[in-house]
Amino acid sequence: MSSEHSDYIVRFEEVQKSYDGVQLVVKNLNLDVSRGEFLTMLGPSGSGKTTCLMMLAGFETATHGEIYLDDVPINNVPPHKRGIGMVFQNYALFPHMTVAENLAFPLEVRNLGKSEIEAKVQRALDMVRLSEFGNRRPAQLSGGQQQRVAVARSLVFEPDLVLMDEPLGALDKNLREEMQYEIKHIHENLGVSMVYVTHDQSEALTMSNRIAVFDDGIIQQLSTPDDLYERPMNAFVASFIGENNKLNGRVVESNGELCTVEVDGAPIKALSVNHGGVGQGTTLSLRPERVTVGVEDDGSFPNVFSAKTEEIIYLGDHVRTRFSVCGHDDFIVKMPNAAGHIVLNEGESIKVGWHAEDCRALDA
Amino acid sequence: MASVTAAPEVMVTADGTPLKVSLHRALRRNKIRAFLLVLPLLAFLGFTFLWPIGVMMFRSVENSLVSTVMYRTVPLLAQWDETTGDLPDEAVFEALVQDVTEGFKNRTIGKVGTRLNYEEPGMSSIFRTSPKKFKKITEGPYKEKVIEAHKGWGDVDKWRLIKREGRPFTSSYYLAAIDRKLDNLGSITSQPAERQIYVKLFIRTLWMSALITGLCLLLGFPISFLLATLPTKTSNLLMILVLLPFWTSLLVRTTSWIAILQQHGVINDILVAIGLVSDDARLGMIHNQIGTVVAMTHILLPFMVLPLYSVMKTIPPSYMRAARSLGANPALAFWRVYMPQTVPGIGAGGILVFIIAIGYYITPALVGGTKGTLISNFIDYHMRVSLNWGLAAALGIILLGLILFLYIIYDRVVGIDNMKLG
Repeated sequence: MSSEHSDYIVRFEEVQKSYDGVQLVVKNLNLDVSRGEFLTMLGPSGSGKTTCLMMLAGFETATHGEIYLDDVPINNVPPHKRGIGMVFQNYALFPHMTVAENLAFPLEVRNLGKSEIEAKVQRALDMVRLSEFGNRRPAQLSGGQQQRVAVARSLVFEPDLVLMDEPLGALDKNLREEMQYEIKHIHENLGVSMVYVTHDQSEALTMSNRIAVFDDGIIQQLSTPDDLYERPMNAFVASFIGENNKLNGRVVESNGELCTVEVDGAPIKALSVNHGGVGQGTTLSLRPERVTVGVEDDGSFPNVFSAKTEEIIYLGDHVRTRFSVCGHDDFIVKMPNAAGHIVLNEGESIKVGWHAEDCRALDA
Repeated sequence: MASVTAAPEVMVTADGTPLKVSLHRALRRNKIRAFLLVLPLLAFLGFTFLWPIGVMMFRSVENSLVSTVMYRTVPLLAQWDETTGDLPDEAVFEALVQDVTEGFKNRTIGKVGTRLNYEEPGMSSIFRTSPKKFKKITEGPYKEKVIEAHKGWGDVDKWRLIKREGRPFTSSYYLAAIDRKLDNLGSITSQPAERQIYVKLFIRTLWMSALITGLCLLLGFPISFLLATLPTKTSNLLMILVLLPFWTSLLVRTTSWIAILQQHGVINDILVAIGLVSDDARLGMIHNQIGTVVAMTHILLPFMVLPLYSVMKTIPPSYMRAARSLGANPALAFWRVYMPQTVPGIGAGGILVFIIAIGYYITPALVGGTKGTLISNFIDYHMRVSLNWGLAAALGIILLGLILFLYIIYDRVVGIDNMKLG
């Protein structure tokens, strides 16, 4: 990391990608990845995130625009000269080589000395706690072990940048969570930059410094995990990240930061974020855990409405309740299972309230 | 301590029958049904495969002809000591006259002549001329009259041969198939140089099959790679082109090669036209080994492409990408990562092409001339022309043994589990 380089290890500059010359899969991508950063590209399938990763790795060429690695344009640099580590969706461990041979491969093609290779392979195996497994074939390892070998192989030649393409998709839930922490710790310990592609939002929230939410070939929002969850900038991000109550209405009054939105005849005070102005349609986004049940209409909450209990689902640590509020019968509230919490019955009516700041008026 | 090691308790079902018995009974019906389903195939295989091979093996050693037709002479000869160099005694000559006369009546003596002629040229003519002359011999002394009838009967070696081939089983077909024979006193010697053809032929068959297999691999590998990497729509179309030869008659394909390769064929005409070859020095590319190799490579190519393709289809592109991302240039990534994974396909295609080539018959017969024929053409010759079925059977068994031997070598070196036919 010499000082003559800028702080960015990767820069996408107005990158566009089309496979068929008719449709753009990636539309005008501008993205900087800082040194040492863990950046996740998150989005539904077909949103263009994997294409971006493949362009960065060199397996796809950008139709327009330029990608810089360490400030060097790399559009015409073949993949094997980019020196980027990569973990593939199905690990792509070479089945005819042992684990140790797999790890030695990138070192051998770099013509390193035998003893140096052995030392580095051993260090990499130690790092992923597989020291005893060097002589096994990949097929003799469990999914989680294969995953760790794949990670070790992408790091063994000490690249500055590692790309991961949904590496945990094939693992079961417990193992996936374990691996999330493991990868996160490896990232923190080694200080490499990582670009991680996933469609699993909890994975993205757990691991990333920043998350780029992709949809329809465009980065919808690029923020830190908490920012993304707390302050989604549009309806897609709000609904894609975490659970979310959507209330469709029309802006009737806009006053600085706050606005009033009419939803099914009821005026709701909300935070102006991304709506088209007075008279325009808007989607209100409200997190289920930010709604308080059983409030009095005494001014402590700017928004208090009557709600009819439709369905109660007991989930142990919290109770998930579906209410009918302001003409929307899919209004979800998460009530923590704390001491002395309100006990509801289906069909019962109660008042619910929330703050204007927690209710974000987004695009329609 | 009254601890008693209890005998392992037999698990029983609710009604008291042992569990294993009960399980066996429950599965028996399924086993019988499964067996009945494969029974027709087993019967068919036994009838069309095992039985003929058994018959062929028997024919390659069977030798009852001489002892059946000459049933008086052969037992008497058994008592004769052939090592002394003396002719057999009077009784044998008397038996010979009776056997030959009866054999002539039954029209079987000619076969004996033909059979013995395989071993020693000239025997056939002795047996052809003798019967007419033996008719005049009605009483003794037989020995002199017989030798007078044909002086060949005075040759001890001829008698030695009859004694030897009077045994019910013989190794002479196998010896002939490897250019050896038994000499007069029963030890193994080489055939005369002009009759040594089979060893050379086996070697030629092996190396031409290996060459054809190599060429098929050389041509088939890139095609298979292309087929496996192209999008399905295009690869299906190309696959049809690969399979197209399968749908054309073998005869048509082979004869079209004659049209292309012959002295006044397409290739020679073009070479002459562009001046590479002068008109009176046209290349001989047919009715020799070149013709056989070219035509057989063309015919056997699909057998290489299909297993290779099916293996390559299962290799995900991410392996190559992984190798590239790890720093290997395309050639190195191909060599170190892609190639090793195609070994099962190479093995399957190679062994398939090689084994088909080693026993191939029609193409070498049509385009091979004399230099490009293979062992199976000689098996055919002995089956249909010389009618020496024993030798044909021995050649066939040796060929079979050779293939099994190579198969075992392959298993040892590559491992048969490593083969993938599709």
